[in-house]
Amino acid sequence: MAIEVQGLQHWFGSGTNRRQVLQGIDCRVAAGEVVLLTGPSGCGKTTFLTLVGALRQVQQGSVHVLGQQLHGAQRGARQQLRRRIGMIFQGHNLLRCLTAEQNVQMGSDLLPGLSYRARRDQAREWLRAVGLGDHLGHLPHDLSGGQKQRVAIARALAAKPQLLLADEPTAALDSQSGREVVDLLKDLARQQGCGVLMVTHDPRILDIADRLLQMEDGHLFAKPL
Amino acid sequence: MSPLQPLLRVLRSLWGGRGIPLAWLLLTRQPVRLAVALAGISFAGILMFMQLGFRDGLFDASVTIHRLFDTDLVLISPRSSSSVSMAGFPRRRLVQAMADPQVAGITPVHWNLLLWRNPKNLSTRSILALGFEPTDPLFTDPSLASKATVLNQRGRVLFDQQSRAEFGPVAEWFKAGRTVESEISGMRVRVAGLVSLGTSFGADGNLLTSSETFLGLMPNTPPGSIEVGLIRLKPGSDPAAVISRLKTSLPDDVTVLTKQGFIDFEQNYWRTSTSIGFIFTLGAGMGFVVGCVIVYQVLYSDVSDHLPEYATLMAMGYPLLTLLGVVAREGLLLAAFGYLPAYAAGQGLYALVRGATQLPVAMDTTRAVTVFTMILLMCMGSASLAMRRLADADPAEIF
Repeated sequence: MAIEVQGLQHWFGSGTNRRQVLQGIDCRVAAGEVVLLTGPSGCGKTTFLTLVGALRQVQQGSVHVLGQQLHGAQRGARQQLRRRIGMIFQGHNLLRCLTAEQNVQMGSDLLPGLSYRARRDQAREWLRAVGLGDHLGHLPHDLSGGQKQRVAIARALAAKPQLLLADEPTAALDSQSGREVVDLLKDLARQQGCGVLMVTHDPRILDIADRLLQMEDGHLFAKPL
Repeated sequence: MSPLQPLLRVLRSLWGGRGIPLAWLLLTRQPVRLAVALAGISFAGILMFMQLGFRDGLFDASVTIHRLFDTDLVLISPRSSSSVSMAGFPRRRLVQAMADPQVAGITPVHWNLLLWRNPKNLSTRSILALGFEPTDPLFTDPSLASKATVLNQRGRVLFDQQSRAEFGPVAEWFKAGRTVESEISGMRVRVAGLVSLGTSFGADGNLLTSSETFLGLMPNTPPGSIEVGLIRLKPGSDPAAVISRLKTSLPDDVTVLTKQGFIDFEQNYWRTSTSIGFIFTLGAGMGFVVGCVIVYQVLYSDVSDHLPEYATLMAMGYPLLTLLGVVAREGLLLAAFGYLPAYAAGQGLYALVRGATQLPVAMDTTRAVTVFTMILLMCMGSASLAMRRLADADPAEIF
C-alpha cells in the first residue's frame, strides 16, 4: 500500500481564526495505482497533497506513506521520505540557471552510490524517454510550457520514486500538450510500478485514472469512473 | 599512497563530491549581478589595500635612517622616546660594551634636530643632524667612508640631497660647483659633499657631520654624552646572548636593543603615540564594512530570487544543509574572484603612490594575506546572514 490515511484532520490559523480544512479523511492508494483527485478550489486538495508528500506536519490522524507513519515524524525523517516521493507541480519549478539535462540530474543526484557519469547518463536517458533527447542543453527559458512540464516529469522520475504526487500538472498547458504530458506520466509510472496521486481540474484527462476521488469541504468521496 | 590523497578527499567532501556546480551556475547565469558583486568586493579590497598600504608605508618611512646603520646592537637612553626626542647617555657605556668578547666594534653617534638656515631665502627649518667620528663606520652603504674624510675639517657637513626643497637648493648649487655655506644654530658651516639618505616622519632633511663639529654646534651638550651607540658583533655570535650579558653588566641608564628592536622602537612610537595608525586602520575598516554591505545585498537578493527553487529542492528531498552549502560556496567563489582584481589593482596603485610620494609602499605577503582573510570573512559572514533567508523556503508553499 503506497498511501494509507485514516481520520486525517487539519486546521489552519489559530484562535478565533482557526479553520478546519480537512474533516476526517480516509483513503488508500495501492502501489502502481493511478488515482485522480478532483474538487472545487479551496476544498483542501492541495493541503491533503502536501500532508501526504511529507511537506507539512500532520496535526491529527494517521498518515502512512510508503510504510512510514508521518504523524509525529521529525523533520529529518520527512526529508528522507521525500527522496522516495516524486513531485510534479502546477508551475514546472525548474531551476532557471540549469539546463534541462542538469535539472533532471538534480533528481538522479539523490540516488546514492552512483558515479557522476552514471547519474548524468540516467538524466539523459530520462529526457529521451520524455521525448526531449535533442533539448539536453536548453535552459528552461528556451523551452515551451509543455516541454518544461516534461522536463519536470523526467526530474521527478529520475530519483526512482515509489510514489508520484502531481498538483494540476496540465493547468498551464493547452489541451494537446496536456494530454501528451499525462499520457507520458501514466506510462512511465506504470513501467516503474509507481503509484500516482494526481490533483486535477481538467475533465479531459480523467480517463487515465484507475480510480477517481472527489473532495468537497474537507470530505473525500469515491466517484464512479 | 601519496600524502596528498587524504587532503584531496577532505576537500572533495567539503565541496560535496562531483556534481552539478550549482553555486557557480547560480552566480554565472546572472552576469550583471555577478559583475556588481565582484566590483563591490574588489572595491572594498582595493580600499583595504590602499589604507593598510599607506599605514605601513608611513611607518616604514619613519625608520628610513634607522635602516641605514651598520650595526647589530644599538644602545640608547631609556629617556629617549623617538627620533625627534633622543636623550643623551654617557659615552662610557659604549666603551664598556667593548669589553664583551663578541663585540667587534663600536660607533658613538650624536643625534639631534638642529635649525638649518635656507641659504637662498634665509628661513630656518629643523633638520636631523648626525655627528660621528669620520673614521668610524656608520652606514652599511660603503660609499660613505670615502666621503666622510672631508668631515675631518671643522665646520664641514655632508648634506642629504633627498632633503625637502624647503631647505634650499643646496644639492643643485653644490653640483653646479658653487660653494654652499649656511648657518646651523647660528654657526657657519660649509657643505662639503652630498649623500642620499631619504626623509622620514620626524625629519624633513638630514645632514652628517663630525662629532667635533657637532659639539661645536651644540655647546651645551655635556662632554662625553651621546644619543646613539652602535655595536657591531663578530661574525657568528649570538645577539640575544650578548644583549643579556650587556643588560646585566651595564647600569640601567642605557637600553640595549637589536637593530630591529631600534626600528620597532621608532615605529612603535608613531603607532601608539600618534593617530596615524588609528586613522588608516579605520579607513581599512570602512572598506571592510562597505564590502560586507555589498556582498550581503547581493547574496540576500540572490537567495530571495531563488527561494521557490530552493523550496523545490527541499521538496525533492535535499536537506537544508545542502542548500546552506550552496550559499556558502557562492560566498567562497565571490571572495576568490573578487580578490584577484583587488590584488592586481593594489599592485598598480602602489606603484602609482611610490612614484608620486616617495613613500615606501609595496605589496607584501602579510598584507596580501590579511586583505584576503578580510574579504573571505566579509563574504562568508554575509553568506551566513543571507542563509537565514533560506529558513523562509517552505516546500509546502510551492504547490
